[in-house]
Order: sequence, then C-alpha cells, then structure tokens
Amino acid sequence: MEELIVILDYGMGNTGSMLNMISYVGGNAMISKDPEDIYLADAVILPGVGAFDNGISKLSTSGVIEILRKRVLQQKLPFLGVCLGMQLLFEKSEEGTERGLGWLKGEVVRFSNGEFSNPSIKIPHMGWNTINHERDNALLCGLDDNSRFYFVHSYHVSCVEGSDILATTAHGYSFPSIVQRENIIGVQFHPEKSHSFGMQIFRNFMEIVRCSKHE
Amino acid sequence: MLAKRIIPCLDIREGRTVKGVNFVGIRDAGDPIELACRYVEEGADELVFLDITASHEGRKTRVDLVKLIAKEINIPFTIGGGINDYRDAELLLAAGADKICINSAAVKNPVLINQLVNAYGSQFVVLAIDASASGNDWQVYIHGGRIKHTKNLFEWALEGQDRGCGEILFTSMNHDGTKGGYVCDTLRKLSDLLHIPIIASGGAGTMDHFLEVFKWGKSDAALAASVFHYGEIPIPQLKLFLRKNNVSVRI
Repeated sequence: MEELIVILDYGMGNTGSMLNMISYVGGNAMISKDPEDIYLADAVILPGVGAFDNGISKLSTSGVIEILRKRVLQQKLPFLGVCLGMQLLFEKSEEGTERGLGWLKGEVVRFSNGEFSNPSIKIPHMGWNTINHERDNALLCGLDDNSRFYFVHSYHVSCVEGSDILATTAHGYSFPSIVQRENIIGVQFHPEKSHSFGMQIFRNFMEIVRCSKHE
Repeated sequence: MLAKRIIPCLDIREGRTVKGVNFVGIRDAGDPIELACRYVEEGADELVFLDITASHEGRKTRVDLVKLIAKEINIPFTIGGGINDYRDAELLLAAGADKICINSAAVKNPVLINQLVNAYGSQFVVLAIDASASGNDWQVYIHGGRIKHTKNLFEWALEGQDRGCGEILFTSMNHDGTKGGYVCDTLRKLSDLLHIPIIASGGAGTMDHFLEVFKWGKSDAALAASVFHYGEIPIPQLKLFLRKNNVSVRI
C-alpha cells in the first residue's frame, strides 16, 4: 500500500494543485481536515497562502492542532509546511499578533528594503528564484543551486536556528527558504507550482515518508 | 537571483483561444489547454488567460476552463477579463486560479482591490491598467480600451499598490499590436515609482525588445501574445538570448 499523504484543508490555499502534483509523481494524497485521516496518515502537508493571523486562526478553528501536535511532535510524522504553512511553524510574525505553532524557533518578518538591501528590491518577492544548499538532506536530492522554484511572499522567516536551515535564497539579501528539523520541513516557495524541480521536491518528500514508515 | 519572467498571454472566447496559432505539433490551435501545455514545456514562467468576451457571457465557461487549466499545468497562471465583482474572483480561486487580473471593475470600484487582498492576499490580485498617452499624459482606459477614464496611469498604479495589489500589468495602448517595442521609458518610471513588480505589455516584436524592457524598462516580467502564438519568437531561444545578455532567466 502506498504511503498516505494528507494535505490539510483549512481554507487557506490551493490544495487542488498540490494534490495534482503528488498524483502526477505517483503519490497517494488526499485533501482533508478530518482528525481521523491525520491519525492514519503517513505524512501531512500544510499548504497556505494569505495572511498569518488568518492562517493560524483557521487552523485553530479546524480543530486539528491537537492531533497534529501529537502526530508530528511526539510520533515524528513527516511534515511539510509550504509558504504560509512554513511560516506558521514559527513563533510569531510581524504580519499579525497571533502566536504561531512555535514548533521551530524563529519569527516571520517583512522583506526590508532598507540598509541591507542593495539594489532596492520588489515586494512581494514574486517569481522564479534559486536556492543555495546550506547542508545535505534527502529533500534536496537531484536539485542543485541552479534549480529554480516559484516564490510569492512579502514576509520571510528570520532568526532561525542555524542548524535548522537547509537552504537560503537571495532577494536583496539572503533568507532561509528551506528549513528542516528532524521530521519537520518547511519550504517558502511553492513546489506545486514549480514545474520539474517542484516535482522533484515531492518525489524526495515521498521517499522521506517511505523511509520513515519502514524504519 | 530572481529571474525576469516571460509570460505568454492567451486570449480566450467561449473556452477557446482566439487569434490563430501556427505551432508545429499543435493539433488544435483553438484548444487553450494544449497551447498552455506547449508553453509550459517551452519554458514560459507564467501564463495569463484573458477571457475577452467574459463581460457579456456567463461565468460557468470560464470557471470550467480554469478548472481544466489548474489540473493540467504546474506553473502559476492568471485569469482575467470581465471579472466584475468579488464573487467572480472567489469562484475562480476555488476553481484553481493562482491570480486574477482586474481592470475596469477596479477602476469603477477601487475598494474591490482591498476586499480581495484582505480575503486572499496580495499575491492573488493583479491590477491590469490599459493606458494611452497624449504627450506625457498617460490616461487610463476601461472596457478593453473603449472608454477613456479620468484616472492617470501613475496615480492609479500608486493607488492600486496602496490598496494592496501584488502586481501591476501595464499595457500601453499606443504600443499594443505595433511590434515596435515596449514603452520602456514609461515602464522604467513606473518601476521606480512602485515597489511591487511590474509586468510590461504591448509592443513586443523582437528579442531585443525583451532585452530593452528588462534592462532599460526595469520591468519584472514581459507579457506578449502574437510573437509567441505565431512562433516568431520561440521561448527557449529568447531565454538563451537574454541569458547571453546578462539577464537572469529561468532555463
């Protein structure tokens, strides 16, 4: 039986394109917010576009945070947060006043067009950009520093523990674009919209899920 | 480094592309999905679908089309043309559109921008502006360029940014269809004025025009239709040309 990936449907994002992409690379995914599905899942993906406070409050309202904590933090279920879904993993955001999940140390800040940025940058950071590997990980298998991914965001994570950073991206200055700590992964770009390199991210994630299940 | 984006634009009418295409290997020039997939494989960075008759026809064809596109392509796409209100936009988001492009409806009811941005984020809202110049005065037009409005291009673009839209798609009506090059001076002024990305539209005829609009026009993305549809400029060659001239592109 194929490993089951649950794409969390909490009303914040294009879950359909995520499902299409995973199916396309041969994975078995479903869109759900049912705690029973999360209980049975071999991995969970938290998608998301939109504002931080709206995201965390909708996640909270959907009633899945408790089961997620149990599955991800205690039982070490592979977890992938995408875009806003990555930012929600951190403690807080300049974009709002609500607390994030706080599973990773760090905060979310707005792109600064000030002293660190030369020349001046466009905000949102929108379009195809590269990633610089900070360390090796199965998620980056087959991808190099020329691989481009589709980004669209005005906020990025900051003050992240150095050992949690898998890759960085430059837009005016360098910011963490992939983070990973144990079973928790976050990507700032949209792999579901990133054509062939995006497919590679999903293939790699599925391999991580497979290994985790058979450990 | 962030890549400059190349964006083919497909004009749609009743679920079919209009304007002919003469691609080798395209079986059905009117099938927007087949054409879109072809552009994706050639290296288009995004796609824009303009439903040119949408104002006068039902929403359903457009929603069905967006569902099909979302299922088949794995790069971002924008749908525009005749999006009149919040409900139109909401249906298209649910169908799988990454972005919507609003034009006349935003001019007539600017608060629509704020409403959409607050609900779905600025990345979802592209403000399209059609403008025509007489001297240095750039006047905004609505309803596909048929009606002159009192708004000025620069003021309206700034207002759009303040209201939260994520990008400006600026079409120079003086240059559209001429194949004589983009209006680089005006695009440059717009780019310096705003902090959100600018998509240049109107005037693409040669590969040099793309180079100019990125280098001198400081645009973040360049949109074109006929040079791509008629195979006059193949996207892979365009990107190699741009890279050779030190423009950051996705290859």
